[in-house]
Amino acid sequence: MTRLFLAVALLGLPCLSFAEDVLDGGNTAWILTATALVLMMTLPGLSLFYGGLVRSKNVLSVLMQCFAIACIASVLWLLFGYSIAFGEVTHGFFGGLDQAFFKAISEDSVSGGIPTSLFALFQMTFAIITPALIIGGFAERMRFSAMFLFSAVWLILVYAPITHWVWGGGWLGEMGLLDFAGGTVVHVTAGVAALVAAIVLGPRKGFPHQAMPPHNLTMTVCGAGMLWVGWFGFNGGSALAANGDAAMAMTVTHISAAAGSIAWMAMEWIKYGKPSVLGIVTGMVAGLGTITPASGFVGPMGALVIGLSAGVICYYATHLIKRKWHIDDSLDVFPVHGVGGILGTLLAAVFASSELGIFSGQGLAEGVTIGDQFVVQAIGVASTFAYTAVVTFILLKVIGVMVPLRVSEEEETQGLDLTLHDERGYDL
Amino acid sequence: MKLITAIIKPYKLEDVRDALSSVGVLGLTVTQVKGFGRQKGHNELYRGAEYQVDFVPKIKLEIAVNTDRAEHVVETIVEAAKTNSIGDGKVFVTPIEQVVRIRTGETDHDAL
Repeated sequence: MTRLFLAVALLGLPCLSFAEDVLDGGNTAWILTATALVLMMTLPGLSLFYGGLVRSKNVLSVLMQCFAIACIASVLWLLFGYSIAFGEVTHGFFGGLDQAFFKAISEDSVSGGIPTSLFALFQMTFAIITPALIIGGFAERMRFSAMFLFSAVWLILVYAPITHWVWGGGWLGEMGLLDFAGGTVVHVTAGVAALVAAIVLGPRKGFPHQAMPPHNLTMTVCGAGMLWVGWFGFNGGSALAANGDAAMAMTVTHISAAAGSIAWMAMEWIKYGKPSVLGIVTGMVAGLGTITPASGFVGPMGALVIGLSAGVICYYATHLIKRKWHIDDSLDVFPVHGVGGILGTLLAAVFASSELGIFSGQGLAEGVTIGDQFVVQAIGVASTFAYTAVVTFILLKVIGVMVPLRVSEEEETQGLDLTLHDERGYDL
Repeated sequence: MKLITAIIKPYKLEDVRDALSSVGVLGLTVTQVKGFGRQKGHNELYRGAEYQVDFVPKIKLEIAVNTDRAEHVVETIVEAAKTNSIGDGKVFVTPIEQVVRIRTGETDHDAL
């Protein structure tokens, strides 16, 4: 129990000054590694995953968007993002600007046993992948300039504040919300933003009647493999130390990914008679996204249940959003990440409990029941959902006044690679 | 002179080529093509969504022969390419007006 809340507390601590902290070489080595793993999730993992899922005429546009977001998010994190997320806690909604420009960070700064610069960099890789996840919602139709502007402002107005709420000492963290590695901070925000963007931009030309199958599933599977490996850094690194919490977080992450894959594959096998490759890797992402908030709090058998439920529920959510509601969230960001993040955040309240026999986790706080924790988790999900949806909607409408959000119909037909970048992915 | 155009299943190419060699066909042109007939394409499944794909990969063979040999060549192709399942393909026979061998300038029968 102590370890559990130490890990949670560590996430919020680096905003403070730790003059007495001593650098721990083992912890530092692990978080350096984890940081590289999380960056690998976007570059190249997500790039290849998404790149393969779009049509060949748009492959470069997706790779470009992932790369450009990595660049702009890094710079903005340095300037203001980190400070809004982890700066001085006052009212609990936005951090102060005392950490802007990393001005309080030197090579000697240490927070929680690791260099403060490393903590800021580790968190920067989270700030990179979150807006990069969103591009799946509006893939194949958004103008690059609008996407660039949107991602930049969204990072400052949505990602950084919600990070402060949960990890930076803000109001959700104070309430006791369990979000070990980003169920609300990363997956709910990205999923909801993708859904809102898909609705605001409208469907791709030809959706849902025209088939828009992935152009290169080989790329997608390679990218998915990198995401799985990178997720070890995402969840294992969120322990912010090389210890048992990190090891258990990685263990449950791995189990959930495998279980999610099997569940999605089984759904398709039963329904269509064949297990699809895209199905098994999508189930993996669903399993990973769902275990993320719970990863530091649950045990291996809890992770198995979480992974299996992720595979089934995210599968049905994909059908609901795309086939029933006809919302063209192009690469299924909301059903996989958003629904997964919500599910995992809620299930964390259940499987963190130490009173479930073999399905027990590391235990809830003293005197807190599953029901109490579930209410806190639900408040976390609802507030993150609502804030993200409203701010994303307003942001897109404002940007839409300044620059067109969508490419023209002719540009969309010709493909974004040629029309926006004067390049083509393949010249065979 | 006749031009025999055969659309066959890709995996039958080697069988057809061997059969044609055995009846003395000296040259042919092979192209990878896509199309559909009564088979009406096939289904593909992505994240639980089924797509009807209209165009099925096929192989197109083009063979120019003397008129008196055309029937035998067509029979050879049909026999080698047949699987008795849907999508085996078709053979078209069309007249050729002129043939020129580029290297020598020979024409018509001499050029075949």
